[in-house]
Amino acid sequence: MQALKEIHSPFVPLPVENVDTDQIIPARFLKATTRDGFGKNLFRDWRYENDDETKPKADFVLNQSKFSGSILVAGKNFGCGSSREHAAWALLDYGFKAVVSSFFADIFKNNALNNGVLPVIVSEGFLQKIFSLEPAEALQIDVAAQTITIEKTGEKESFELNPYKKTCLLNGYDDIDFLISRKEVIEQFETAKG
Amino acid sequence: MGKTLFDKIWDAHVVEKIEDGPSVLYIDRHFIHEVTSPQAFKGIEKRGLSLFRPKQTIATADHNVPTLNQHLPIKDQLSKMQVDQLIENCEKHGVELYGLGHPYQGIVHVIGPELGMTQPGMTIVCGDSHTSTHGAFGTIAFGIGTSEVEMVFASQCVLQTKPKTMRINIEGTLQPGVVSKDIILYIIAKISASGATGYFVEYAGSTIRSLSMESRMTICNMSIEMGARGGMIAPDQVTYDYVKGRVYAPKGNAWEQKLSEWKELYSDSDAVFDAELHIDASEIEPMITYGTNPGLGIPVKAQIPLLESIASEGERKNIEQALRYMDLQSGASLLGMPIQHVFIGSCTNSRIEDLRLVANLVKGRKKHDSVKVMIVPGSQQVAKQVHAEGLDKIFTEAGFQIRQAGCSACLGMNEDKVPAGEYCISTSNRNFEGRQGAGARTLLASPLTAAAAAITGVVTDVRELIK
Repeated sequence: MQALKEIHSPFVPLPVENVDTDQIIPARFLKATTRDGFGKNLFRDWRYENDDETKPKADFVLNQSKFSGSILVAGKNFGCGSSREHAAWALLDYGFKAVVSSFFADIFKNNALNNGVLPVIVSEGFLQKIFSLEPAEALQIDVAAQTITIEKTGEKESFELNPYKKTCLLNGYDDIDFLISRKEVIEQFETAKG
Repeated sequence: MGKTLFDKIWDAHVVEKIEDGPSVLYIDRHFIHEVTSPQAFKGIEKRGLSLFRPKQTIATADHNVPTLNQHLPIKDQLSKMQVDQLIENCEKHGVELYGLGHPYQGIVHVIGPELGMTQPGMTIVCGDSHTSTHGAFGTIAFGIGTSEVEMVFASQCVLQTKPKTMRINIEGTLQPGVVSKDIILYIIAKISASGATGYFVEYAGSTIRSLSMESRMTICNMSIEMGARGGMIAPDQVTYDYVKGRVYAPKGNAWEQKLSEWKELYSDSDAVFDAELHIDASEIEPMITYGTNPGLGIPVKAQIPLLESIASEGERKNIEQALRYMDLQSGASLLGMPIQHVFIGSCTNSRIEDLRLVANLVKGRKKHDSVKVMIVPGSQQVAKQVHAEGLDKIFTEAGFQIRQAGCSACLGMNEDKVPAGEYCISTSNRNFEGRQGAGARTLLASPLTAAAAAITGVVTDVRELIK
């Protein structure tokens, strides 16, 4: 996993609530056996008319040149539905390093963190403030300080991040390395459990 | 202070707690399938590891499999590759696989319970959000991502932050025509698709106690649809009777010992939950969804909410978009609306009890000419039972098509899809945009409501047919 310390980027606004993982990456694209290449099918059915890559839907944010950047800002309850980690892989592969919302579904949040995509939980008010900004304006996310700042106005909000997960993100550590290092303790637990 | 059922099982499985961090949670049973496991197998191989406890993992092929001609090679090459990869991975790593052609093959959340692999007091995970189904047995069961599948492969543990607990008490007698699917659709409509996020839910009360195991599984199955990590129900005599004698169930002295452990699995009377909800079962009517998340549901004879009555702007926009996708009108009634497809199956409602319920209603009746009806048993064992009990004759005479075991038209991964723009009453768990195929329009309902629509060709209050 890549270490993630700071993001400074314009953002892509997706002011839709309850964005489910079937929208982020539809089931028919889950047939790969590697983690790569999901970005081109990110939001596939919202991106193209009749599943035709030559017909991008003009009103969808990923098809509008005025929006770009490595931060996606979405309405509340982002990532609900299926446990497919492919959703996190698709966001990462497309180039998103963080998703900002007022509320995330649990499994998505774990999946994102396990892949170095930072879920930033902001207040509903701050979220609406970001949505009202001109898109070219940049956001700054500081992982160590756990803050998100609107660059132009300097408005800032702190976000929660589990200290263990923060260490993982800042250093690019992953949970599997940690668990493997605990094998003896796990074996002792098994023996005691019988 | 007493402990909740959740606390009891959780505490018994914490290997260690990381300071200011998650816990290392030991996993008793790991189910895998072809879609969310290949990258995890690759991951441990890349690290030069083998499976830490391969005997605690069980595999099946369900998401990608065709539900016709399962004896032939899978036609879709990508699906075939994923299923072949599962076979190869299981062979290489010593994992028991109930693949196509095996008498135990089926949907992962159907086969676990029917084989007796799901037992009270366990921790169970699978790379599939509907792992919450197994909570019906008094287990901590939840869906995980592929990185976590890899964690279980490598260490038989996952890192988890302890969720909050919620208890939903349901008391009283259900009206005729109302079944467990209506209970869970009612709850989700009441608290929304995100109403239980951050919580693990225990379902309790006299209504829950009166339900069969299969009905309990339907409720726990959809806990994830209100955001809960999982749902659970304390085991009782109904649970023990269901587990006893199944292939993997403990036998002899081991059974007696387990039984005495299981009898301790309940929330103490002085246990405190972070949230509690009370529901009067008699208020629940047959339910149906009109929108594109499972929280957008109404009683089948009610009207779609008026947009102007919705205070939250975000929610109003959400419903507006849903109605546009569904081509439905705010304030309208769904009753009498023509539908083109009925799908009875999925890990929510593909068990023998669901199919018996449907057969009882349709016996001696025929499906409406304009509707295609698919019955998809959840497992080879359920399919066998359908034939043994003669339900297949009832379905065939009604004009329903019976297919072979798999996830089928629950999600658009296999060949069973609903064409764009057409309506399907489905007993599955999700009505997301494109869930049953790009552009497909899904109305979630109980097997009874689905069967009623199959007969009339339109959205119907099943109570009209059982008068």
